[in-house]
Amino acid sequence: MRPFGYVRAESPEAAAALVAGDLSAAFVGGGTEILNWLKDGLADPALLVDVGRLGLDAVEVSDGGLRLGSGARMSDVARDRHVRAEFPVLARALEAGASPQLRNMATLGGNLLQRTRCAYFREPSFPCNKRVPGTGCPARDGDHAMHAILGASDACVAVHPSDLAVALLALDARVEVLGVHGRREVAIEDFYPHAGDDPRRETALRHGELVVGIGVPSGPRARTSGYLKVRERGSFAFALVSVAAAVEVVEGVVRSARIALGGVAHRPWRVRAAEDALLGRPLADGSVADAAEAAVRDADPLPGNRYKVAIARGAVRRVLEEIGERG
Amino acid sequence: MTSVGTPVPRVDGLLKATGTARYTADIPFEDLTHAVLLQATIARGRIASIDASAAEAAPGVLLVLTHLNAPRLPRMRAFAKGGSAQQTVPALQDDRVRFAGETVAFVVAESQEQARYAAMLISVEYDEEPPAVGLHGDAYPPAKVNGQPPDYRRGDAERALADAAVTVERTYRTPVHHHNPIEPPVTIASWDDDGGLTVHEAAQGGVHMMRLGFAEALGIPRRKAGSIRVVSKFLGGGFGGKGFMWPRNILPAVAARLLGRPVKLELTRAQMYTSGGYRSETVQRLRLGADRDGRLGSIVHESTSTGSDMGEFPEPCAQITQMLYACPNVTGTHRLVRQNVGVPTFTRAPGEGPGSFALESALDELAGELSLDPLELRLRNYAETDPEHDRPWSSKGLRECYSEGAERFGWSARNPEPGSMRDGRWLVGYGMATAAYSSHTWPTFARVRIRADGTAVVRCATTDIGTGTYTVMAQVAADALGVRPGDVTFEAGDTRYPFAFPPVSSSGARSIGPAVRAAALAVRTRVARLAVKDRESPLFGADAATVRAIGGGRLARADDPERYDTFVDVLERAGLGHVEERKGYGVMPFLHSTASGIAPWPVGPLLRVATRPFAGRYSTYDFGAQFVEVRVDPDLGVVRVSRVVGVYDIGRVLNPRTARNQAVGGITWGIGMALMERTTTHPRLGKYTSPNLSGYLLPTNADVPDIDVHFLDRPDPLVNPLGVKGVGELPVVGVAAAIANAVHHATGKRVRSLPIGPAELLG
Ligand SMILES: Cc1cc2nc3c(=O)[nH]c(=O)nc-3n(C[C@H](O)[C@H](O)[C@H](O)COP(=O)(O)OP(=O)(O)OC[C@H]3O[C@@H](n4cnc5c(N)ncnc54)[C@H](O)[C@@H]3O)c2cc1C
Repeated sequence: MRPFGYVRAESPEAAAALVAGDLSAAFVGGGTEILNWLKDGLADPALLVDVGRLGLDAVEVSDGGLRLGSGARMSDVARDRHVRAEFPVLARALEAGASPQLRNMATLGGNLLQRTRCAYFREPSFPCNKRVPGTGCPARDGDHAMHAILGASDACVAVHPSDLAVALLALDARVEVLGVHGRREVAIEDFYPHAGDDPRRETALRHGELVVGIGVPSGPRARTSGYLKVRERGSFAFALVSVAAAVEVVEGVVRSARIALGGVAHRPWRVRAAEDALLGRPLADGSVADAAEAAVRDADPLPGNRYKVAIARGAVRRVLEEIGERG
Repeated sequence: MTSVGTPVPRVDGLLKATGTARYTADIPFEDLTHAVLLQATIARGRIASIDASAAEAAPGVLLVLTHLNAPRLPRMRAFAKGGSAQQTVPALQDDRVRFAGETVAFVVAESQEQARYAAMLISVEYDEEPPAVGLHGDAYPPAKVNGQPPDYRRGDAERALADAAVTVERTYRTPVHHHNPIEPPVTIASWDDDGGLTVHEAAQGGVHMMRLGFAEALGIPRRKAGSIRVVSKFLGGGFGGKGFMWPRNILPAVAARLLGRPVKLELTRAQMYTSGGYRSETVQRLRLGADRDGRLGSIVHESTSTGSDMGEFPEPCAQITQMLYACPNVTGTHRLVRQNVGVPTFTRAPGEGPGSFALESALDELAGELSLDPLELRLRNYAETDPEHDRPWSSKGLRECYSEGAERFGWSARNPEPGSMRDGRWLVGYGMATAAYSSHTWPTFARVRIRADGTAVVRCATTDIGTGTYTVMAQVAADALGVRPGDVTFEAGDTRYPFAFPPVSSSGARSIGPAVRAAALAVRTRVARLAVKDRESPLFGADAATVRAIGGGRLARADDPERYDTFVDVLERAGLGHVEERKGYGVMPFLHSTASGIAPWPVGPLLRVATRPFAGRYSTYDFGAQFVEVRVDPDLGVVRVSRVVGVYDIGRVLNPRTARNQAVGGITWGIGMALMERTTTHPRLGKYTSPNLSGYLLPTNADVPDIDVHFLDRPDPLVNPLGVKGVGELPVVGVAAAIANAVHHATGKRVRSLPIGPAELLG
């Protein structure tokens, strides 16, 4: 680990200015991710700007929905009674992530900006196109059981690890960003770019832009939402596949739906074809099976992760069935 | 009023629970310096250039050792040949890279942060060569497997196979496993002005064995090995990964000698994967032949594991097959395939762990072929005597383990049809397997001192690796002396104490216990002799040999328990501050008479002496039966272990609390082995993919159900005077097979490659 500076910002604006003005500066929230990067040699910022104490940790409820401060801790949001009752997919996704100790430290902002857990990316002595473009991708001829089955590029087959982001995608959330030139809002769907030529590009943020909050509309679906995470052990593991779904049923038929997959692509992956398969039909065996099938129609697995296609299919079905059972 | 057999709480429990137990890394040192390892990032090739100048100029840096400037170090004598090392090739001696993770530089600085930073500044350029990866290459026989020849034959297994009515022929695979104790290995080495070396170690490898290893590595003649002191008081787990001498143990002592200051090296979690051995991956081909009633006529068990240019440790998978069932024709073979990885080593339940996965899975497959209950198949092949050595068991309660386990588990409710049992969405499966483990007795000495206040101190140079030795040995001594366990302090982990072997292969209780007991009885007799000669003693004139301990530190006449004396009074009248005796157990007579705390002999031959079955008249094994219920979600491929019953014959149970702790821990190991533990290696680059705890998954509480552990608790009168066998490793054995068998029962799908996860069930 290299020596680095540390400052506690006085205000969100000051924090943004500090980082924007210094290409080698970075924000630190709970520090549960970025400190690992420092230790493992994935990043070597010269300055860490602490944004954990800027009062950005409020959970506010309004008629329109929720506003979550970017500094709110995962555990606090997961515990919130309103969140639990009105946005079950959000509470469950947060609880399914990491461990209690980590959730007590980790902030929502940091969670959205965590980086892939691809083992080759995480160990700098491996070649990796995401770390050093053009060096190659050892996942293709190595162990890639955890890697992408959807939307991967030739250069990179890593997956995004956040559970929270998958839930937010099913809730049409918007990310509030503060930069030196002012505020802007980015739909969560646009926050994570599609695979392009450069796998280094992971979010829509520009250097020095601070996530200040997340807006989550209540909408007609939030309450009838669910999250399922399939992992290799009972708790404290990243998703092999996860599914967030939110469904609006009116007079016995589905009027609108959001279905997003985690652990399958370089970004949280919305499957519109699966949503469409439900529209206008009762949430029952036939439509659910069609949605599950549609969710994996575009899957393009590697030899060692075909099983994920089967899990994704089963998990979509399971989440929708559970939402149906709850009514 | 005996203490042995009662659930005495751990004497170090409070220390550990409150964080006040001082582990090696916690020991404060004046003038301490800090070291870090820099490791090779390629699996095979040469160091073309290494430039440490920036590191040497970095703040706080005191020393950078590379192959260009490191002192010459000898090749270490291999453990299998009487030495203390698995990796015999010393570090930093040439420009060759033999495996990824081999040490290429050793940096010492005033602080750990400075050392770590400096290590990043070293630039190394490699000439890479393609590494040998996987068990694909040419197989060759190892010199020895656990001291035995690599091939074992009884009868003619091939012929019997050809004649068998029913055969099963399958190949099973197990992956690389790492020990992953919670405490990273630590070494702190300091030299004093007289040339004496003190090493504080997180050492499972036995302080005396390590002393000999340090002497060898540092060129100190054996007869001067007494100038080396090795101390290891608390261990945060070892499981085999803290045994033996590795370069990481030696380099701090080398650097401390050069610097004239103490040097501390604490490994990072990632470095633990490449610096202290691992369990080799295995490929095991099993062939069984039986008649239509399920009587085994033939077993062929061929095991292949990893070989290395740096040392040799074949995973002894087939050895359990040689002794477990009454089968006239058995062949067991061990082969190695050379790879560019480090040297493998012992890992909890070595051999029996992966070996039983193959054997007990194959038996389950045979039971399926025969439409026979898997438990019934085992009973039909029950070995009444040891078929390998053709002699009786010292004790074997396996039949009772089976019946008690089946009863507790409700085995009779098993519908034999795979996929037939359900609970809502879950498919339910039952599986079972046999457990056996060859725990050992090693030569051990103990010294017991009774003090003027009537309390006692027991000293023995074993280490408590977290298993409860401090507690249990206080109980053993207390009973022999006739005092309360709270009046006895057991001190361990210091070469100043009497010689003991490393606490490996479930040997602790059965080796140390009898030595402690013998020494305690001897010192008690000493006190009795003082008393019977003392006119003022109520015991005056009695026969010292018949004086009995009646508790509370009192000694009474055999004929009249009302007439007693006490340790306190006897010592006071004799004007003695303490009385002390030292005794050995499991020790050859020549060693008995001369051992002074330093073993002047190489370790290996002693081990062979000790492993030779005692007196050659009986065979001793720990036995058990494992029963498991799993639930499988067929849509998601998720397996959950929902119940485990383990019934074990470990001889006498010294302390049900610490014994249960070993069983629950061992079964948890088995669950990890079955469902998640695995280190993967990149097939082209030859490097471990995820040397960390988020890639190498261990069971969490959510993965471990309530476990029903039962011990027969039957003393084995032939094995030692305490009647104890071993418990540390037995409970691991068979669990993975029982789970695989249960998964097959639940789903109809047979998984022959561990671990069993969604990829295996849905892929
Ligand atoms: C062992 C382990 C297991 C885990 N398992 C899971 C899991 O199963 N599911 C899951 O979802 N997550 C998991 N995580 C990830 C965990 O949720 C993240 O580490 C955590 O959310 C990061 O939050 P933080 O506040 O600690 O971020 P930090 O470490 O402080 O920062 C992470 C990144 O975010 C940036 N950042 C922080 N705050 C802001 C902000 N306000 N605006 C802009 N940039 C910002 C930092 O500059 C840095 O780049 C796991 C982590 C670990 C270590």
